[in-house]
Amino acid sequence: MLVAAPLAALAISLEDVERASASAANVLQGAQQRGQAFRPKFFTAGEWRTVRTLADLVIPRDARSGSATDAGVPEFMDFIMMAYPDMQQPMREGLAWMDAQAKARFGKVFVAAAATQQTKLLDDIAYPKKATSAMKPGVEFFTRFRNLTASGFWSSRIGIADLQYMGNSPQAAWNGCPPAALAKLGVKYS
Amino acid sequence: MPIQNRANKTYDVCIVGSGAGGGMTAYMLTQAGADVVVLEAGGWWDNTKDSKMLAWPYDTPRRGASTKERPFGEFDACVGGWQVEGEPYTKAAGTQFDWWRARMLGGRTNHWGRISLRFGPDDFRRKSIDGLGDNWPISYNDVKPYYDRVDRLIGIFGSRENLPNHPDGEFQPAPKPRCYELAIKRASDKLGIWCIPSRLSIITRSINGRSPCHYCGQCNRGCAVNANFSSPNVLLFPAQRTGKLTIITDAMAHEVTTDARGQATGVQYIDKKTGKDTRVNARVVVLAASACESARILLNSKSSRHPHGLANSSGVVGKYLTDTTGTDVAGFIPSMMKQVPHNCDGVGGGHIYMPWWIDNKKLDFPRGYHIETWGGLGQPSYGFGGGIATMPGSIGGGYGKALKDDYRRYYGSVVGFSGRGEMIPNDKSYCELDPTVKDKWGIPVLRFHWEWGDAEYKQVKHMQETFRAIIKEMGGEPLGDMPGRDKGYGIANGGAIIHVLGCVRMGTNARNSALNAQCQAWDCKNLFVADGGPFVSQADKNPTWTILALAMRTSEYIIAQRKVGAL
Repeated sequence: MLVAAPLAALAISLEDVERASASAANVLQGAQQRGQAFRPKFFTAGEWRTVRTLADLVIPRDARSGSATDAGVPEFMDFIMMAYPDMQQPMREGLAWMDAQAKARFGKVFVAAAATQQTKLLDDIAYPKKATSAMKPGVEFFTRFRNLTASGFWSSRIGIADLQYMGNSPQAAWNGCPPAALAKLGVKYS
Repeated sequence: MPIQNRANKTYDVCIVGSGAGGGMTAYMLTQAGADVVVLEAGGWWDNTKDSKMLAWPYDTPRRGASTKERPFGEFDACVGGWQVEGEPYTKAAGTQFDWWRARMLGGRTNHWGRISLRFGPDDFRRKSIDGLGDNWPISYNDVKPYYDRVDRLIGIFGSRENLPNHPDGEFQPAPKPRCYELAIKRASDKLGIWCIPSRLSIITRSINGRSPCHYCGQCNRGCAVNANFSSPNVLLFPAQRTGKLTIITDAMAHEVTTDARGQATGVQYIDKKTGKDTRVNARVVVLAASACESARILLNSKSSRHPHGLANSSGVVGKYLTDTTGTDVAGFIPSMMKQVPHNCDGVGGGHIYMPWWIDNKKLDFPRGYHIETWGGLGQPSYGFGGGIATMPGSIGGGYGKALKDDYRRYYGSVVGFSGRGEMIPNDKSYCELDPTVKDKWGIPVLRFHWEWGDAEYKQVKHMQETFRAIIKEMGGEPLGDMPGRDKGYGIANGGAIIHVLGCVRMGTNARNSALNAQCQAWDCKNLFVADGGPFVSQADKNPTWTILALAMRTSEYIIAQRKVGAL
């Protein structure tokens, strides 16, 4: 299949980027639909709600691209938990820690807390250098959760289109980097 | 265990291992008309059918993360790892050593970065220069014609530089550097560090019916159009087309059998599919199973004529084990934030590198290293953005739109430097048979002993200081503090650079070496070694091109000896 890829006229064009964005939009819709139908294999129903809420707090939708749930990050996380069993216990304990903290502070589980309460809790665990030692379990959990969210989001169609990664495409010739990219770094070909 | 005899046939040559050395030997000997069998401990692999080239991370739910059999990621070609299930190795107390083994057709040629550096004239005679280690029994001039032929047969790009001890080859044109590499070169030039086009066995022009590179940057996945070198597609499959080559996969060789005169008669292997101990008869045996695996087979080949193992009357098998030294430093370069989007995939690997540029007489350590670089707007996959919370000037982790912007801003802003240096063989670094532990096939396993010397620590310290200086010259900031002496200056474990050499070394006489200058066992004239085992020393270069050149040279010797009836 791959061998048959035509080697001529393969330089990436604006059209390719547009096509990538369009397909990202399709996936976005698909992910939203999947979110309804998807049955997680690892996460419980309660955990699933927390994961979806938390993932979108980590990477929300903005003007340039969709959110973590738009990109299928919770589904990705569920797969990873099943594929790497060593990651299960820290994830489960971390999600439980989030609920325990939310209950102690706000009298309700994390997903039921108000948006301002949720971000107040995140502010205490999302900045490792500033966090207090009492927050250590939360910091460790959130660091892992953020990294996993980033892995799932930026490796998705939506994430790759957002980053404008232009490779993974056979080139008929290598002509070096384009003038604008060279100029940005202040370098040139001699 | 039941023993099967493979159709009572006697092959001209049995080769154990299908990597660089085994592939080249099979290619040369079948071209010369010999009837050859290759035993490979892993399964079949054909890049043109099996490669994951051009797959997107979102094509799989795993997004490119590692699997048990592919620790470098699910798209990586190489099946193998630091641990192979059912095939353990042991380490002496206090030893830190990692042994990478490939288990597939083509061996570790499916894994490497195609960095194809010739050893230079000094690299064969280091003892004469600094009094340390040993000289080789051969010189650069003995190997040069074979390097030239390997260049033409396999293909390599590079540039003519006329640098001392970094001989030029018969190069195809090298690809232009990427923009971030030009920035690295600018800084290196200012610091007086040689920075030149890489020398990689990736073809930029069609040769021998192979298509040139299409610059997808994914050599590690196996090239589906054979534009880079791996043993199956460049050596073994052409050898097969002579009709003279038999390849047996899932064949775990464990012993070279000998007759009453002590000459090799064939190889015993475990057929992994049936578990049966199986025999293959051959007039000549070539071990190319990797330095340590070949040593293991020799040590396990005990007989009344060879009580300490085959080719080991000198006791050197397993000794003089070396690996390349290594340490890495990454740097954040503020001017590389928010790059202009562009395709900088290029070839699979750096377009530039830094060969060793200093006379060691001016330094407090005796041997050199080369530098490999990395960076750019790589394909996002599992692990992307993992260091975001510690990036200088970032929001420090966080969440939300500000975090999302940080990921974008910092994409492509990190460059890295990997030092790869020459270790001097020492008495404390060797492998031997573990007296009690056997693998799942019942074969005694290797036990490793390892210690770096002062020369290696000082060299790695110099790497760390140099890489940090380049990063600062680029206006950047090294990520992480320099590790101190208590952390070995960040030196990688023995074995971790996967350039394990020596332990079946060649030499000038049967008392100080296992092999003569033709890589022929002193104790057994129809036994040869064609992997990293014969190396007398490392160099500040990767070993594969020299493994290929020596295997070609040994093959020609076998052909000549067979012609005169001596084998």
